[in-house]
Amino acid sequence: MSDNAVNFHQLPDAAGHFGPYGGLFVAETLMGALEELNQAYQHYLKDPLFLAELDNDLHHYVGRPSPLYYAERWSHELGGAKIYLKREDLNHTGAHKVNNTIGQALLAKRLGKRRIIAETGAGQHGVATATVAARLGFECVIYMGAEDIERQKSNVYRMRLLGAQVVAVQSGSKTLKDALNEAMRDWVTNIDTTFYIIGTVAGPHPYPAMVRDFQAVIGREARQQIVAQTGKLPDALVACVGGGSNAMGLFYPFLEDREVAIYGVEAAGDGLESGRHAAPLCAGRPGVLHGNRTYLMEDDHGQIIATHSISAGLDYPGVGPEHAWLKDCGRANYVAITDNEALAAFHHLTRTEGIIPALESSHALAYTHQLAARMPPETSVIVNLSGRGDKDIHTVANIEGITV
Amino acid sequence: MSRIAATFSRLQVSGTTALIPFMTAGHPHPDHTVALMHGMVAAGANLLELGVPFSDPMADGPVIQRANELALEFHVTLDDVLSMVQQFRQQDATTPVILMGYLNPIEVMGYERFAAAAAAAGVDGVITVDLPPEEGVPLLDALQPYAIDTIYLIAPTTNPARIAKIAAVASGFIYYVSMKGITGAGGLDFAAVEAAITGLRQQTTLPLGVGFGIKSGTTAAAMAAFADAVVVGSALVEKLMQGWESSATEESLLALAQSFIRELRAAMDGQL
Repeated sequence: MSDNAVNFHQLPDAAGHFGPYGGLFVAETLMGALEELNQAYQHYLKDPLFLAELDNDLHHYVGRPSPLYYAERWSHELGGAKIYLKREDLNHTGAHKVNNTIGQALLAKRLGKRRIIAETGAGQHGVATATVAARLGFECVIYMGAEDIERQKSNVYRMRLLGAQVVAVQSGSKTLKDALNEAMRDWVTNIDTTFYIIGTVAGPHPYPAMVRDFQAVIGREARQQIVAQTGKLPDALVACVGGGSNAMGLFYPFLEDREVAIYGVEAAGDGLESGRHAAPLCAGRPGVLHGNRTYLMEDDHGQIIATHSISAGLDYPGVGPEHAWLKDCGRANYVAITDNEALAAFHHLTRTEGIIPALESSHALAYTHQLAARMPPETSVIVNLSGRGDKDIHTVANIEGITV
Repeated sequence: MSRIAATFSRLQVSGTTALIPFMTAGHPHPDHTVALMHGMVAAGANLLELGVPFSDPMADGPVIQRANELALEFHVTLDDVLSMVQQFRQQDATTPVILMGYLNPIEVMGYERFAAAAAAAGVDGVITVDLPPEEGVPLLDALQPYAIDTIYLIAPTTNPARIAKIAAVASGFIYYVSMKGITGAGGLDFAAVEAAITGLRQQTTLPLGVGFGIKSGTTAAAMAAFADAVVVGSALVEKLMQGWESSATEESLLALAQSFIRELRAAMDGQL
């Protein structure tokens, strides 16, 4: 399909569809709340007072704008394109996730809902949610797979310090997808009092569009910053894709700049050929899960299969529906990076630039390494450094047999 | 007339509320599902609801989640469930069978192939939990030529405009979800359910079933006073799960299921 006929800034349609993807596939009990949320989102994203409050919080509480940093030493070492890092790791709470939780919490406040629930994988979205709940004095319950709780202990403690109740999910594969199932079950049960803050650009309409709109601040800033620093648009964008919110946030303001190449990087785990990965766009196929139609990791009978990645934040069998559509249209390219490649990039950036990246972001860095090296020096690449790596040092130390 | 419509009109004549047991196909063991279906009909069930196992049953409580996981350990597929229905039909040509599940297994099989295979197996209705009418037209179009009913859920949170939208596309019967929650939860409010059912009768002539949280003869009888059908799921699945753990034979499973169905039937018919 040629992508020239599509205006990417007019999607999704009124029913939440990005081409054949997205939509609204949930149990009837949730439909009323989703209609209410959609009306609120449509209304407040055009409301100057709401937007002013959001901007104020992003500036004074989150610390935006985040810098766009020219990684000069790394770029010179590769001898290719100039690499710019969008420093979402410098946000309050250490990742891009807070851009969205601030926005959704402000919506919850306007809807009069004082109980917040969320799912989390690596714990970054859980921390960002617990943070805004603490600030607004809301009750907060975070659902997290029992296996993820084991590998992200410091984030679990952080959420508890912030006053959130962290519920260990023991069903299914005990990871992010099961945490999402459990959060949905809570929401069905407590629908009158509860606002569900989904952390990625997946789920039923309007979440994919709403989370993208809250995260698009990343790309809007980056677009201005790169022009200010280099006098032109970048040649390429790179971001890691689990559910895909940091990637959608960076990509969205550039979608109509057709000369800018776009790369989403999935988790290849032990390698795509091993079957132990979390790369639905590269190696899955379309289906329906968690409220939307998108690419999934599933078997021949429609059962969702176990995923694997060294990075808990990428360990998810689905992906945002807008990414599915960008893939089919050919507007974005989706590639995959293995655990080992991501680990190497983690160490490389740390030693070369003095920045410890999250393992999720390390996937984007690893692909940038390959890409930038074969581009000429007058070109530039923006890579989204979506989170800092402090939370991952125990994982990395463990792999290397070191006790911290 | 479809098997579902015929069943409800026959029961209406005798003033009987339909009893619809739900069980997850393949649980506790795929070899016994068909025998359990026959056994429950013999004990007084009027329609049967068969859950299609799915890896991510988002609307279900812990008991049915576990039953899904156990059935999937036996690799029970949608094709397998259709074979069970086909086998059941060889000896029972009248009792309606309804499949209840999530969209993705149907999506992967393909709507056309599913509709044809379900009709050939003798399936009478389909409840797709995560398919609201807004997204449901393609499946509806596939099922209609085969006269397979599309049964929709209406919840306490469904507003009047949505009720009208659902009533316009529903067939067979309408399944009223008795509470805000997941299957097997507690906290039934009988007066609220009765008021909702009374309200629904103004908007549809279809029979109205009630399910979620109905665990005993007492609760089933209370619902039977105003509903056309009562669905019992988690309580039955839990009995089968526990029974299988203590004695893994078909005889003991059948005895358990039948005694529970008889208890529900007697209570609903006012014989307790």
